Amino acid sequence: MSARNRELMALVPVALLLTAGFAAVFAQENAKLDDASLVYGAYFFAVCLATHFYLRIRLPNADPYLFPMVALLMAFGLVMVYRIDADLARDQANWFVLGLVLFAATIHFLRDYDVLERYRYTIAVAGLLLLLAPRLPGIGQQVNGAYLGVKLGPLAFQPAEFSKICLVVFLASYLREHREVLIVGARRVLGVTLPPLKHFGPMLVVWGASMFMLVFIRDLGSSLMFFAAFLALLYVATGRFSFVVIGMAMFLVGAWFFASTVPHVHDRVEIWLDPYAHPQESGYQILQSIFAQADGGLFGKGFGQGLITIPGTDNALLPAAQTDTIYSLIVNELGLFGACAVVSIYLLFSARGFKIALLADDGFSKLLATGLTAVFAIQAFVIIGGVTRVIPLTGVTLPFISYGGSSIVANFVLLALLLLVSDRARREAAVR
Amino acid sequence: MNRQIVKLFAFIVALFAVLVGFTSYWSVFDAKALKEKNANKRPLLEQQQIERGRILTADGTVIARSVPKGRGEALRYVRRYPEGSLFGHPIGYSFVKEGDSEFEQFHNDELVGNESEFSSILDELRGRAQEGDDIVTNLDSEAQRVALADLEEAGFGAVVAIEPRSGRVKVMASNVPFDPNRVPYELEKLNSNETETPLLNRATQGRYPPGSTFKVVTAAAGLDSGTITPETTIDAPGTLDIQGQPLQNDFDEDFGPISLDTALTNSVNTWFAQLGEQVGQDTLFEYMDKFGFNSKPAIDLPSDQVLPSGILEGNALLGRNDPIDIARVAIGQERLLATPLQMAEVAAAVANGGTLMKPQIWSRVVDPDGRVTKRLDPSEYSQPISQETAEELNAAMQGVVNEGTGTNAEIPGITVAGKTGTAETPYNESCGGGSEENQAWFMGFAPAEDPKIAIAASVECTEQFGNDVAAPIFRDVAETILDGE
Repeated sequence: MSARNRELMALVPVALLLTAGFAAVFAQENAKLDDASLVYGAYFFAVCLATHFYLRIRLPNADPYLFPMVALLMAFGLVMVYRIDADLARDQANWFVLGLVLFAATIHFLRDYDVLERYRYTIAVAGLLLLLAPRLPGIGQQVNGAYLGVKLGPLAFQPAEFSKICLVVFLASYLREHREVLIVGARRVLGVTLPPLKHFGPMLVVWGASMFMLVFIRDLGSSLMFFAAFLALLYVATGRFSFVVIGMAMFLVGAWFFASTVPHVHDRVEIWLDPYAHPQESGYQILQSIFAQADGGLFGKGFGQGLITIPGTDNALLPAAQTDTIYSLIVNELGLFGACAVVSIYLLFSARGFKIALLADDGFSKLLATGLTAVFAIQAFVIIGGVTRVIPLTGVTLPFISYGGSSIVANFVLLALLLLVSDRARREAAVR
Repeated sequence: MNRQIVKLFAFIVALFAVLVGFTSYWSVFDAKALKEKNANKRPLLEQQQIERGRILTADGTVIARSVPKGRGEALRYVRRYPEGSLFGHPIGYSFVKEGDSEFEQFHNDELVGNESEFSSILDELRGRAQEGDDIVTNLDSEAQRVALADLEEAGFGAVVAIEPRSGRVKVMASNVPFDPNRVPYELEKLNSNETETPLLNRATQGRYPPGSTFKVVTAAAGLDSGTITPETTIDAPGTLDIQGQPLQNDFDEDFGPISLDTALTNSVNTWFAQLGEQVGQDTLFEYMDKFGFNSKPAIDLPSDQVLPSGILEGNALLGRNDPIDIARVAIGQERLLATPLQMAEVAAAVANGGTLMKPQIWSRVVDPDGRVTKRLDPSEYSQPISQETAEELNAAMQGVVNEGTGTNAEIPGITVAGKTGTAETPYNESCGGGSEENQAWFMGFAPAEDPKIAIAASVECTEQFGNDVAAPIFRDVAETILDGE
């Protein structure tokens, strides 16, 4: 079966799953089955089908499983968000469509994605400016002590989501060119292999600046994500594990420095270490996240059965259920099994992403696919790890599931780039 | 670079494995502990969305039910107790903020319809919302009303009535009572009321010196162990020197050589003190244990809300090797303390031919469709004495009511067997420190030939005797129950 036919086959059960999900939510809310679930299912399938045909024409060789997996995550997200608030789900559906438009546009304009290499410094600067934007007077927005959002007239978005793609593109392209010198030029100092500063410098500047911006806008989740993506790419490009060790050491020093100087960071770490210290105030979100999971058990309480607000009031029992803690709600309603399914989809997505990197022929494609996949997987890890208290809870979105336009649209651009790399890699692999 | 990519993927797999590990820990392995955390209101909030089952008396009176408040997402249920303070004990209360107690707490799982995770999945697939089951108790609303009304007249205390053959608890009344409907408004006040202690179920947590009612246990040990027969005579002088202290009969009356019947009818202290010494500490402990002393009662109430009876030093139970004045234990003094429930069990064991049944408050669980999902069958706790011993004690206890110290327990046309008790509790702080205060008891059963009900009634801080305040309560409650049959 051709790649595209496999994709088509995979989309059918996804659409059915979405239909069933909506049916379950309707049944829970109105105690009856509703035709609307079929209508939503049909819309969803139509949108997926349109995308599929577009891919059939433009990227016939691209990986057949990535898009259905993303559709599955979207279906999950749409149903969960609908179950929280129908109006939010409408926004989410619009962003889904908008995301697909940008997805198509990316594929259309970047068919020859090597062009990205030429503009790598422009892209790096754009990424940094994007990060800076939330602190600019007039357009910046502060939420929960972090400056994550930008508001331009009616358009509000979180620039860090787009910035992460810019950074990955820059790093992939820079490392492709300099990886040889980074390896050959490395010197051993006191038993530790250090990269040559001359070639390492520019990258360090861009990366350091972005880390600084993230602390400046107090977006800890993204800084963690960026840092991990940077290390992953550096490791893959040079094969020097010692670089990763040095990076980790730097990270720990930096983390310690910020944790002791920036109150916002300090608080996050304190809450992580001892959420029971202030169970009603600062520790409330993480504790409620864990309590919601405890209530889910193996099989969960079922779609629409979990408590999000305290009954009879508007007070949140699970704060930020549609964004940060949506994973906890999934554990609550679908149980450990449902949560494992979600984690598995992210894992399978990563597997396919790295497969693309393995197949790709040239260094830039390899590094680009690696970077995009890594940043995607780590984003999932940062937020799931946050709500399960593996690491301090920081606000990043759960890709394709959380409510939030920037995240969805940016991740569709990420998917487009991955598929572009994949199409070329598989075409060349087939020729070989 | 491919090698590194594979390694990177392995690293990502490891990271995700950690996520699955933590999720499993929170959602399954540590879930129980998390649900019990104080900061976690989720289980309570969820429970109040479930229509909790009703609690009913044996005659169908509703003791507790849930009423809906609010609509849609805000729908929740609140507990109502139509009978007010009548069943405050032993049913207790259940509210989201204030928590729960007694029967409501012990039977929470049935009342909210908790099931195994597997069967709740099946229910979910069938589209059934979780509903609580009803519980039918053995309590008799009329008899409970009579018991509580009598107690409120007599003073602080408790009454327990048990059907000897089955162990069914028909009455468990405690004065001072509390109205569970008031708990959400005045729990603080109820908790801090240290003179009346309305939240204390005196039937299971009130420990009092049993006085002469304990002579039945001493007699049971003496007869059953073969130390004496009903014909054995013991010389009972007006006073005895026991461990350097005089032990006296009422008015120092000298009875001379008498047998069990006379001794029990007249509640002769010097007779039973000597019997106790003859039986010995080991054997008396053995019989106490079989009657249920020295361990928590086998009743369906939370274990932190029932107390064992026995010889107590502070809160610690003394054992058979501790130095104890056994002669005074034999007449219900020394540091011996017993709950009204324990003494009702003694009466029930004698009434039931020597077999002690487990006291049972409930009889069946009924699901919302009216199906009986659980039935509590009568079950034997122990066989403290032989049928023969029981019959001999039965006869002796009839003498107490017919011509002895317990005449106020008489019911016209029905033979009653029983035993009074009046333990002197002078200068007791909880009684206000008066010098004439007694703990008054009556325990017994009726009809003596075919016992249908065994009852213990105990009144604190009274200047009267067992026959004056406790025996009439026995009579009223027994009459009510026997009339109802």
